[in-house]
Amino acid sequence: MAIDTALPQIKGVKDVPYEELFVSGHRTCQGCESALVMRHMVKASGPRTIVLGSTGCMYVANTTYYTTPWVVPWMHTQLGASGSAALGTAAGLKVLMRKGKLKNEKINVIAFCGDGGGADMGLGAISATLTHKEYDCLVLLYDNESYANTDIQLSSMTPYGAVTTFSPSGEKKRLMHTRWKKNVPGMLAAGHPESRYIAAGCAAYAVDLMNKIRRALELGGPTFVHTLDPCPKGWDYHPQYSQELGHLAVECGIWPLYEVVDGVCNLTGPTRQIAEGRKKRKPVIEYLRRQGRFAHFVDEDVEHFQAEVDKMWTDWLIPGVIPFTVPAKDQALLKIDRKPLHEQTKSA
Amino acid sequence: MVVDVKTRETSEVETEQLATGCEAIAEAIRLADVDVMAAYPIRPYDGVMQAAAKLIANGKMDVEYIVADGEHSQFEIVKHACAVGSRVFVGSSGVGWFYAFEAIAVTAGLRLPVVAICGNRALDDPGAFGTEHNDSLAVRDLGWLLPWAETAQEALDLALMAWRVGEDRRVSLPVAIGLDGAFLTHSQHIVKIPTQAAVQRFLPKFDLGDRLLHPDNPITIAPQVDQDWLMEIRRQNDHAMRQALGVIREAHADFKTIFGRGGDSPFLDEFMTEDAEVVVIGQGTLSLPMKVAIRRLRKEGHKVGLVRLKWFRPFPTEEVVRSLGRFKAIGVVDRDYSFGSPFYGGVLYNEIRSALYSQASRPAIVGFIAGLGGREIEQPMATEIFEKTEAAARTGLPAGDVCHWIGVRE
Ligand SMILES: Cc1ncc(C[n+]2csc(CCOP(=O)(O)OP(=O)(O)O)c2C)c(N)n1
Ligand code: SF4
Ligand SMILES: [Mg+2]
Repeated sequence: MAIDTALPQIKGVKDVPYEELFVSGHRTCQGCESALVMRHMVKASGPRTIVLGSTGCMYVANTTYYTTPWVVPWMHTQLGASGSAALGTAAGLKVLMRKGKLKNEKINVIAFCGDGGGADMGLGAISATLTHKEYDCLVLLYDNESYANTDIQLSSMTPYGAVTTFSPSGEKKRLMHTRWKKNVPGMLAAGHPESRYIAAGCAAYAVDLMNKIRRALELGGPTFVHTLDPCPKGWDYHPQYSQELGHLAVECGIWPLYEVVDGVCNLTGPTRQIAEGRKKRKPVIEYLRRQGRFAHFVDEDVEHFQAEVDKMWTDWLIPGVIPFTVPAKDQALLKIDRKPLHEQTKSA
Repeated sequence: MVVDVKTRETSEVETEQLATGCEAIAEAIRLADVDVMAAYPIRPYDGVMQAAAKLIANGKMDVEYIVADGEHSQFEIVKHACAVGSRVFVGSSGVGWFYAFEAIAVTAGLRLPVVAICGNRALDDPGAFGTEHNDSLAVRDLGWLLPWAETAQEALDLALMAWRVGEDRRVSLPVAIGLDGAFLTHSQHIVKIPTQAAVQRFLPKFDLGDRLLHPDNPITIAPQVDQDWLMEIRRQNDHAMRQALGVIREAHADFKTIFGRGGDSPFLDEFMTEDAEVVVIGQGTLSLPMKVAIRRLRKEGHKVGLVRLKWFRPFPTEEVVRSLGRFKAIGVVDRDYSFGSPFYGGVLYNEIRSALYSQASRPAIVGFIAGLGGREIEQPMATEIFEKTEAAARTGLPAGDVCHWIGVRE
């Protein structure tokens, strides 16, 4: 029987597959959005998928021996190895199929990692993987903005000023953590011109996220999707507000949704509406005040946070994506009619 | 590069070529029809990757050849390729081996039969390229099989053995072949290269069976087992290591039948031991200066010999005890160190002592640390090693066990 492995875009919630491939058996916190990302991820990819998972909550809380929630084949990989796991698996499948040692068919390869595993420790390996254009694999970075599994330590993805167990707020130091969050999908898109698909999503926009996963797998080659996942334990809020916080992160302009397809950037969801001026960005205070990790913020902290987010929308070349631009005097550069070399020579 | 100076048919099963240890391993990769290999530069092991790259570029073999961004990635890539059923090859040296250490450790825990070479090299700082066995030996407790080669021929033969033994369902463990940096990785020998057909008779196809990671076999690999199950799983690794001894014996016997090489024992290579009273034991290319010394000393009437250990893991305790129990005194030469260990001896010294401890008649054992960082073991050093071991044979077990550093400026 031929297995249908096509992954068309999902038109709306009614079009989402019923089949669950990430089922009960896990022990993630109530309201864990990362677990929801896992569910959406394999719902979108379908049963002909191999998933590799880095150490972190989505390993430790998800795969207790005898109660695995994974219906698809699943294998652990090391904290910094998601890129290599994706690459090795994809390379293995490819060569075995080429040599006739394995049936030739489409098998999706997805390796996931947390922000600690992907944006800190494993960034180099992900970067390397995104240059190997001959292998079809997706790296999904689920970003709960801390090393959550080890008891919420700050990573390079923890937002400015947030309290973690490595950055408590004390009498002498109100803010222990004052680094601005890395722009990982933007950096990867800018640095890996041969990756056909790099996107930023959020489980609060489920259909948008599933379509991003599908497009990544359909376009092929090494691709990357980054999700922002509210984490009730690490962010310190009631589990019932996870979806709302996801919406607020996007609506406040803190977490822009977009995809870079073959070098062309599309803003998606509310991010697009904000950029087009159809929707007004909400002030960041609406997001910050909902979370215990920012409870120690005073006005000046909120102002700094707002000012940095504003810059993403006022100063960046592509709002929320490319964090630099040309000087004001050179704005014309962005509009010149650019030609490939052979056409220039002809006209000269 | 494999120099074709002497390519000629010697039998229906092989041709002869001049090849370095690294080039011989590259030939084994071709013959074994490896599926995925991952490379990263570090001397001296990377000669293998250079030789393999040429074979691929020249259309001599079809392998996914992945140049990784570091050794950790290198070992992770092949580990995962192996889990979906690929025959794999990887390798490193010295600090590169240590950079991969996390991946190396879990590969054994996962029971994935990755085959690697460790082109033995000092762990600089301070800077040194030369051979030292501490890189390979660092994994001795983790569940890797550890053979050591003496010649380029043995490097090739051991590589074929490595896939056969490691991939055997009764073992299913990774193998790291020790190749002394420079002395073997980069010195040329005449090597008999088997034909593909003969290798196919020796080496079955790799089949992970019900452990294959594939949508048709949707298993979860390496879940959280914690204290509930980890001990049972470790015990299975222990069992696999025990089984490996028998599987190596089987493979060695088949190898001899097909290729007519490999010596009497899969584990020990003995030189002039028949009437010997005193022997030296060591690994890898140490045998070369030692054999020269033995020939010379025998002319002077000394009853000396050499036992070369071919497999450090699994440690062939039975064979070692049976062999070494015959002699009056044994000199153990370590090309490694184990600072602060019992009697300040090397790793091999303490393993040999431990193996002989419960024997009724125990030879005197003297430890020697020699040839570190690739320092040549010259004839005066070899003589000193034998003299000191002979002295122990005369006086019996020394009051306090001793380890000597040989050829070192104090
Ligand atoms: C090499 C290594 N260093 C440290 C750890 C300890 N560790 C286990 S899970 C974890 C947290 C990972 O954080 P992240 O990738 O953000 O995933 P999360 O737990 O937040 O889901 C850490 C540091 C490890 N497993 N491996
Ligand atoms: S700590 Fe956060 S990421 Fe981890 S299981 Fe709980 S909610 Fe999910
Ligand atoms: Mg995290």
